Amino acid sequence: MNYIPNILFAIALIFGIGFFAKNVKKLWRNVKLGQDKDVSDNKPQRWKNMAMIALGQSKMVKRPVAGFFHIVVYVGFVIINIEVLEIIIDGLFGTHRIGLDVLPEYVYGFLIGSFEVLAALVFVAVVIFWIRRNAIKLKRFMSPEMKGWPKNDGNFILYFEMVLMTLFLVMNATDTTFQNLNSGNIISQHIAPLFSGVSEGGLHIIERSAWWIHILGILVFLNYLYYSKHLHILLAFPNTYYGNLNPKGQFTNNDAVTKEVMLMMDPNADPFAAPAEDETEEAPAKFGASDVQDLSWVNLLNAYTCTECGRCTSECPANQTGKKLSPRKIMMDTRDRLEEVGKNIDVNKGEFVDDGKQLLNDYITKEELWACTSCNACTEACPVSIDPLNIIMEMRRYLVMEESAAPMELNNMMTNIENNGAPWPYNQMDRLNWKDE
Amino acid sequence: MSEQLKVPTMAEMMAEGKQPEVLFWVGCAGSFDDRAKKITKAFVRLLNKANVEFAVLGAEESCTGDPAKRSGNEFLFQMQAVTNIEVMNAYEIKKIVTACPHCFNTLKNEYPGLGGNYDVVHHTQFLKGLLDDGRLTVEGGQFKGKRITFHDPCYLGRANNVYEAPRDLIRKLDAELVEMKSCKSRGLCCGAGGAQMFKEPEAGNKDINIERTEQALETKPQIIAAGCPFCNTMMTDGVKGKEKEGDVEVMDIAELIANAQDL
Repeated sequence: MNYIPNILFAIALIFGIGFFAKNVKKLWRNVKLGQDKDVSDNKPQRWKNMAMIALGQSKMVKRPVAGFFHIVVYVGFVIINIEVLEIIIDGLFGTHRIGLDVLPEYVYGFLIGSFEVLAALVFVAVVIFWIRRNAIKLKRFMSPEMKGWPKNDGNFILYFEMVLMTLFLVMNATDTTFQNLNSGNIISQHIAPLFSGVSEGGLHIIERSAWWIHILGILVFLNYLYYSKHLHILLAFPNTYYGNLNPKGQFTNNDAVTKEVMLMMDPNADPFAAPAEDETEEAPAKFGASDVQDLSWVNLLNAYTCTECGRCTSECPANQTGKKLSPRKIMMDTRDRLEEVGKNIDVNKGEFVDDGKQLLNDYITKEELWACTSCNACTEACPVSIDPLNIIMEMRRYLVMEESAAPMELNNMMTNIENNGAPWPYNQMDRLNWKDE
Repeated sequence: MSEQLKVPTMAEMMAEGKQPEVLFWVGCAGSFDDRAKKITKAFVRLLNKANVEFAVLGAEESCTGDPAKRSGNEFLFQMQAVTNIEVMNAYEIKKIVTACPHCFNTLKNEYPGLGGNYDVVHHTQFLKGLLDDGRLTVEGGQFKGKRITFHDPCYLGRANNVYEAPRDLIRKLDAELVEMKSCKSRGLCCGAGGAQMFKEPEAGNKDINIERTEQALETKPQIIAAGCPFCNTMMTDGVKGKEKEGDVEVMDIAELIANAQDL
């Protein structure tokens, strides 16, 4: 027997999965560069959110057309991958369609038949997605942040899927034993006639080539994920699990600030007291965020999860009225900067060396941050529980509390609150005058 | 105008040894903004009519800190919050009603973490409760059959999932409630949130309140109903900008209910 194909297959598999695992480790290290955030509460609700939003796609269908075709691709992706199990066993042990040996013929036929139908549906859905991006040119795919790599990335994924689905169907169509079974070849029987002029040997070569390119293509695609917006197929699950459970209007209260405020309000506090001996907790390095390391790790997971669909941006009131702010760009910038920081750490032997850059200004401008109305349209629109607003607010905190760089009118407003307890210059003593007017 | 509004303060209540049923948190807009003061008074008339034992903090009330927090000034926000909490806890406040969704959100969601735990409701929820309990009755009267569209305040709707209370009240007026294409969880912001109220908008090709007003006008309403003093200002400006102030009124839900009562 010739074991060379088995060995080659095993090597490809180990290499493909190994390289992917290496990148997943890197991804997780980068996410952990973020600040701690306790998300260990309310596990039942978190599991429920993951089941409803990620597994059940409940937010995708808010936009029925995209939602419907997305479900086709999603279900197709999950179910057709059962076939990959057979491919891997066949590849490692040199068997051919091992499923036929262990399953009754009609069960096997039913399974492969389902995969074939799904493959055809996925192909159609992906073509429609391509048309939406490239022919109809839906507005949300045409934003400035979608030029260059993000646009190509989106199309590459679609081409990948078209090719993989085609290979799967061609592989079945040119498999003479499978076609002779005449069970489960529901789509491929209509493709088989295309190859009617090809000899038995030729068919075998085409079938083997399609089989090999298909599985190698899957391994390449798996490794493409880390470099692409397509990571959402995996990260949507943890991301919806760790998503915000509080009312959307509830912004976090900064604990370090609370400590200071409580100290100021405490009449018994000694302002000149030396810190207690056992005081181990230090004040945070800074308030708010100017770079990715200042954000929480959930913010950073959000950034890797974003698949740049742009629903947030299309619902954003600032973006709709021509302002520079795009919540999607906030997420893309956060990821790009995080990747840059990660690479910096890689080349500097595990230490981050200051590169004179940061998320603020070099990626996200003040103009974008000050355009936000904090209306939560973006967080409501996101199909995978990403929260761009939290990043915007952390960056505003940095601007105001570290740099005193609020727009002049906002400084006036805050001075008014400080002096007379209202955002306008009215005397607090006059608060009840309306009663007698 | 010398109408008689009964507006006791907490200090007066305490002097009489009484604890009110609810604290009415008036808010800065409700206290100082000329348009919003009318909403405050309309709501007080309804409270008086329903014999609700309420009180206000008066000069002891201070900004919740919402605009400071949304601007990024966490320090100023917490100073405001802790001061207000000290006052309210001293009065042993249990329940708060406010006509401002920004105050509502901050009091309800951001004060508990700083020691202020209250049952906080928006005035539309409170009015609905009064109607449900039969303490207040409403007949359509002058609003019967009128086309009314409701603009969801972000900090009431998306931020806190209150969509139905204001709509139930409009329905009680026998009015025709017409929805904008973006409503409820997809409602478009009026443009005032996140402290935008207090600054010029960033450069763009349109003001947000104009965009939202256009959406509202598409429903051909006679009245645009609001539930927030800032939305009210933004939509009123929008209607003026579209030169429709002769045809379309912008009114708070409390004003609708009060006017239906001829109060």
